[in-house]
Amino acid sequence: MPTSVVEAPARPSEGRPGLWRRLRGHQGRNLWFAAFIAPFLLGLIAFVYLPIVWSAYLSFFEARNTVTPTRFVGLDNYIYLLNDKLFVNSLLTFVAFAAFIVPLTYLGSLGLALLLNNLKWGQAFFRSVFFIPTAVSYVIAAIIWRFAFFSGARFGLLNQFITAAGGEQVNWLGGTNSLYWVALVSVRLWLQTGFYMILLIAGLQRIPLETYEAAAIDGASGWRLLRFITLPQLKATSIAVVLLLLINAFQAFDEFYNMLGSIGTYPPYARPPLVHLYLIAVGGGQQDLGVGGAGTMILTAIIVLFGVGQTFILNRSTK
Amino acid sequence: MRQRKFWLGVRYAVLVVLALFFVLPFWVIVRNAFSTNKNITSATWNWLPDQVNLTNVRSLLANDSIGILRALLNSAVQASLQTVVTVFISLLAGYALARYTHRASKLMLGLTVFTLMVPVATIFVPMFIITAQLGWVDTFRGLVIPTVFSAFATYLFRQYFLDFPVELEDASLVDGCNPWTSFWRIVVPNSRGIIAAVGTIVLIGAWNAFLWPSLIGRDDTRTVQVALSQFMTSQGVRYPELFMGSLIVVAPMLVVFLFLQRYLVQGLTTSGLR
Repeated sequence: MPTSVVEAPARPSEGRPGLWRRLRGHQGRNLWFAAFIAPFLLGLIAFVYLPIVWSAYLSFFEARNTVTPTRFVGLDNYIYLLNDKLFVNSLLTFVAFAAFIVPLTYLGSLGLALLLNNLKWGQAFFRSVFFIPTAVSYVIAAIIWRFAFFSGARFGLLNQFITAAGGEQVNWLGGTNSLYWVALVSVRLWLQTGFYMILLIAGLQRIPLETYEAAAIDGASGWRLLRFITLPQLKATSIAVVLLLLINAFQAFDEFYNMLGSIGTYPPYARPPLVHLYLIAVGGGQQDLGVGGAGTMILTAIIVLFGVGQTFILNRSTK
Repeated sequence: MRQRKFWLGVRYAVLVVLALFFVLPFWVIVRNAFSTNKNITSATWNWLPDQVNLTNVRSLLANDSIGILRALLNSAVQASLQTVVTVFISLLAGYALARYTHRASKLMLGLTVFTLMVPVATIFVPMFIITAQLGWVDTFRGLVIPTVFSAFATYLFRQYFLDFPVELEDASLVDGCNPWTSFWRIVVPNSRGIIAAVGTIVLIGAWNAFLWPSLIGRDDTRTVQVALSQFMTSQGVRYPELFMGSLIVVAPMLVVFLFLQRYLVQGLTTSGLR
């Protein structure tokens, strides 16, 4: 009887799959999965999810200079933050910053990717030149921008050009004007355009050659190829790049802090969310962890909204 | 034909001009690192350094308010520990997420992607509270351990392993391996490229990190970025030393980057974003 071969004779003790056997899974699959994933999962719980839960808890309490909440205040911390002009301004600062940095970086990296695509000679060289600022820290880039390019003194490179052309010396970072945005946006452009260029080059290389050949046979060339073949085919990569840019802009801290701060103080202007949170929760004179917790929750919620929005756009565009 | 040649010439001209702009900041570091203060703050811009010797290195080393040697040592310990542990943890997790497809695995993948969207920087306040509660402020544990659970690295590894031929592992299982030994004997040796790519990304990020080290690395564990930042915002900043310090701090990453760039490009191209 062939069936008896298939139905392996079970040992008497294993008449019915017990809980343990189901937990282990076929050939212990679940156990192996648990073994591989455990370090990562435990770490995420301890250092990502537990902090989020803790800050959600703290956000309903008054907790100044202490991690043990002293008094339940309900939504007061949230109400305080949303009425706090500085906090609202920090969100507006992010919006303004993102409005410049996201399109500029995207267009810049797309431009570089298109310039390099199918280049016969020197492609690897130019790619390296544009990519290598990725290895530089925001701190060091801020040093160069603050003390060499955008120094308000006469020896700043830009001021030298301006005075040579007969203009007045400009105080770039001093806050007497809004020109610090030029420095803040250009430093980030230099640092990260090359990275996104690599992602977009990868996207370009995934476009099948036949699509271009077919379009060329139909008489399309130059601009029309770009408009009707390249850009539509890059859509998924582009959406991913824009989301990454948005998340990174939201996290902006290093270059703001290092280009505008001095000796433990930070000017009242150009405070993106993380800088503001830093100043009220850990950097300032008093540590207000309840408000810090509420701020963390608001920022996390905003970031999650970006993610949901992106998933929504991606789903619609692939249908 | 002639028109096409003309446009190719324009393309190269644009590339050369852009390349000069991209290289300019590097040249400014080098120029200032080998200049006197007078050359740096001169009323007319000098493109060349005027002190090409070790004077600035010596005064940098003698400057106790930077403490560059100690900071370099701290950063080397922190960055290498962070890289090795992050790659180890994410390699295992990424493999598990690609190979196992039951419900628990899908749930874990969801958590990973969520963590990808909520970057660790936004939760630095509660992360700092927890680390401080553990008594890890100003220790290497506090500097490294909270940062080694990287959803980004895990996700990159997972994308790579989705394309890794499962037949290789099946053959080794038949030959008497269990999943653990098969992973180390078959999978890891065949994944050196992606390990190099993720390792490079993590290493550069760890060496260049600022926000977290500035909270944790106070005295005994002050990293290079924190040391440079404190010096640049202090009243006694001296440009030649600041820029010589920047040159010394950025140089190792440029070397690493140039050597491992090939893997980085491959890794981002094949398994990055899809």
